[in-house]
Parts: sequence; C-alpha cells; structure tokens
Amino acid sequence: MRDEIIPSDHGQHPPPVTPIYKTSVFRGPRMPLLSLNGSLSELTGPRFGHGAMGALDNDLYRNFQHGGEPIGERIIVHGRVLDGNAKPVAGALVEFWQANASGRYRHVNDRFEAPVDPNFGGCGRTVTDDEGRYHFRTVKPGAYPYRNGIGDWRPSHIHFSVFGTAFAQRLITQMYFEGDPLIPHDSILNTIPDAAARTRLVAKLDLAAQVPQHTLAYRWDIVLRGHRSTLFENRLEGN
Amino acid sequence: MFTPDSLGRLPETPSQTAGPYVHIGLIPRQAGFEIFADDVGAAPLPPGEPGERIRVEGRVLDATGALVRDALVEMWQAKADGSHGLFFRTGTSFETGLWSFDTVRPGAVPARGGAAPMAPHLCLWLAARGLNRGMHTRLYFGDREEANAADPVLRFIEQPNRRATLVAARTERDGVPVFTMDIRLAGDGETVFLDV
Ligand SMILES: [Fe+3]
Repeated sequence: MRDEIIPSDHGQHPPPVTPIYKTSVFRGPRMPLLSLNGSLSELTGPRFGHGAMGALDNDLYRNFQHGGEPIGERIIVHGRVLDGNAKPVAGALVEFWQANASGRYRHVNDRFEAPVDPNFGGCGRTVTDDEGRYHFRTVKPGAYPYRNGIGDWRPSHIHFSVFGTAFAQRLITQMYFEGDPLIPHDSILNTIPDAAARTRLVAKLDLAAQVPQHTLAYRWDIVLRGHRSTLFENRLEGN
Repeated sequence: MFTPDSLGRLPETPSQTAGPYVHIGLIPRQAGFEIFADDVGAAPLPPGEPGERIRVEGRVLDATGALVRDALVEMWQAKADGSHGLFFRTGTSFETGLWSFDTVRPGAVPARGGAAPMAPHLCLWLAARGLNRGMHTRLYFGDREEANAADPVLRFIEQPNRRATLVAARTERDGVPVFTMDIRLAGDGETVFLDV
C-alpha cells in the first residue's frame, strides 16, 4: 500500500486563466478539476537513479563546450527538495533549463536578437542525495523580452522540473534571483495571486556557498506535496 | 531556507508555466540539439516487455480549436500485469501538432478501498506555454466498454458526455491497434483534468 499525498493547496498556485499572461486565456482549462484523492496510478511514479546521469549533466558550464567557455557570470545553484512535512525527498529527479547570459535560448523557435553562445547548451539534470540536496553550476541567465504586453521582459530565471516519489507530485516551475528589479513587473510570476508564495520562487544569494575568486552561489529550496500520515489503521487494503 | 509553520508543515512550491522552450530541458532533441546520452523518457519500449503492443496518439487543442504544437506530454502507466510502471515523454510536433507513444496495453489497477479495479488506463501529464500548471488526465481504451462503464473514476464524472473526453477511439494501422484521443485544453469538449 502507498501512503496518500496531502491534497494540493491550490491557493499557492496560479489559477488556470490569468489575463495578465495572455496565452493562458487561450490554453487554461475552464472546468473544475475532477478530484480523485489518490489512486495507485498517481501515488506511484517513475524513479530515476544516479546511474542514469552523465558526469557533466549538472554542470551547464561544461556540458556543451565546443572549443571555449560560456560567456557570463558563473554561478552555483543549490538547495534541497523537501516535502510538505519538511522531510527531504531523496532520489528526486531535478531538471533545469535556461537562456544564456544574453537572454537567448538554444531553441529552434527562439527569435530574440541576442547571440546564441556556441559553448552553452542551457540544460542539465541531477538526482537529489539522501538529504534531498541538489546542486549545479551554470552561468546566470540574461533577461529577455517576450510577446505578451508591449514591453514585457522576463526577469532572469531558470526553469525547473521535479519528480518526487509519486506522479501526483509532478511539478514544473521557475526560479528567480534575489534583487532582480524586473521581478515586480513580471507577468508570469504575477500569475501567482499570493505575494508570499511568489517570494518562495526567489533564490537567495548565498555567499557562504561561493567558490572564492571564481563562482557566486544562490540557494533555492523546492517543496513538493507531502504524504499524509495514517492516524487510524482501519483502512481497507488495496487503495 | 524555509521555516515550517507551527504544525511543522511547509507550503508547496508554486507552479509556473513550462514556457515555449520546455523542449530544451526535457526533450532537447526536439529543441534542435543533442546533449545527454539518453533523454529522460525517450527510450523505446524494451523488446521483451510483456503485453499487447499498441500505439496511442492525438492532438492538443486550445480554446479556439487551434493546434498546440509546443506542448510536453508525459505518460505514466501500469504494465500488462497491472503493476507500475512505464514512463514515456514526448512533445507535440512543431509541424503536425501530434503526440504519440508506442507502448503495451496496461493491465487493470486496484482502486481505492478495495473496490473493483480501475479499467485499464494511461496517466497523461501536460505542460506547455500558457498552462500555469501541469495538467493530469487519463486515456481509457474505447474497445473496453464494459470495464470503462464500471470504472470508478469515469463514473465520478458528473456529466456523462464529458466521460467521452477520456476515451480513445480504436483503429488499426499495419496490424497494430491505434488509440486516438485529442486533448482539448479549453472550450467545447474540454477534456476532464484531474486533481490527483
Ligand atoms: Fe524562460
């Protein structure tokens, strides 16, 4: 039997339709979600071992070099994946992708007039250790404009994808950088109605984790939904 | 970094859209480059995997009926014996808007509380530009009418006509059963999405 997952707190998340982010009006579902309250299909989930990771998969500074080094400000991003009971999630697959230092993505559909960095791919992945820790090295992504409101720019951000132990915990989100003046103006971050929830997507400068004379560091923790503790033992088998 | 509340709990990290460039991180070959030895969820079904070989495919449509050609589609399913499971990941095609998986037909999975098992189904999860959260849904098989009629999840759907949004129609191609199900994110015939 699998422990159930605490239901999602929808107030922490953006609603499906948020007119400040125009594409959500075309694509956001309008009908209420059907509440399942957990079945084996969603309480299980794929697991990914450390063995499946390449040696450079968590080093965006080195994993796409073609005869040179990426341009930009070298940074380490690190933190923990926890669940809603503040317990570390070990063995979580964390994947990340981002623009290069000038705000350009290595993607066939990105038309922003900024150079593609020949030595920067912009994606990586890692699996959390027994304490739920993850870390990777990269360059700080640049801001970029996008087609939404006239004059909309995205703050520097890194996209994150996380698998916990259950498919129900599946999460994709974005991490921002403390002190970025574009943050209050961002239409995507502002799809989240709760101000305190928005601040939880902002990584903190972590001088203690830097590599002196070489690389700055930022810290950001991720919280997935927790498991519900079983208070009574009268549950039927097979759920 | 975060401090638990007085009950020792932490609030969930909020979701954000996967954006238009989700392919870079999760299916980099579709973004136009090779970087990992093996992209997550891209490996074909192992040749020895027991079960009936099937193909599932469909389109993703927005509220206006336009194709969503930049969506990420993930699939988690039971194996033929009902145990979990198999995981696949793809994207809708930039040209045709189609997603597809070649897999095996899953077995029945036990339901909550010892009730009759759920009808065989695939769990689908979508992320895309314009979706503020990843969306969970399911695919049931159109040639299993009796099992579908008894399925506790399909029966939870209050409006009988909405149940059909989770049932894929069967055809056949080159001797392989093909199950087709379009996912309508919003508007007429909106797919039933799940709060799991
Ligand atoms: Fe982005």
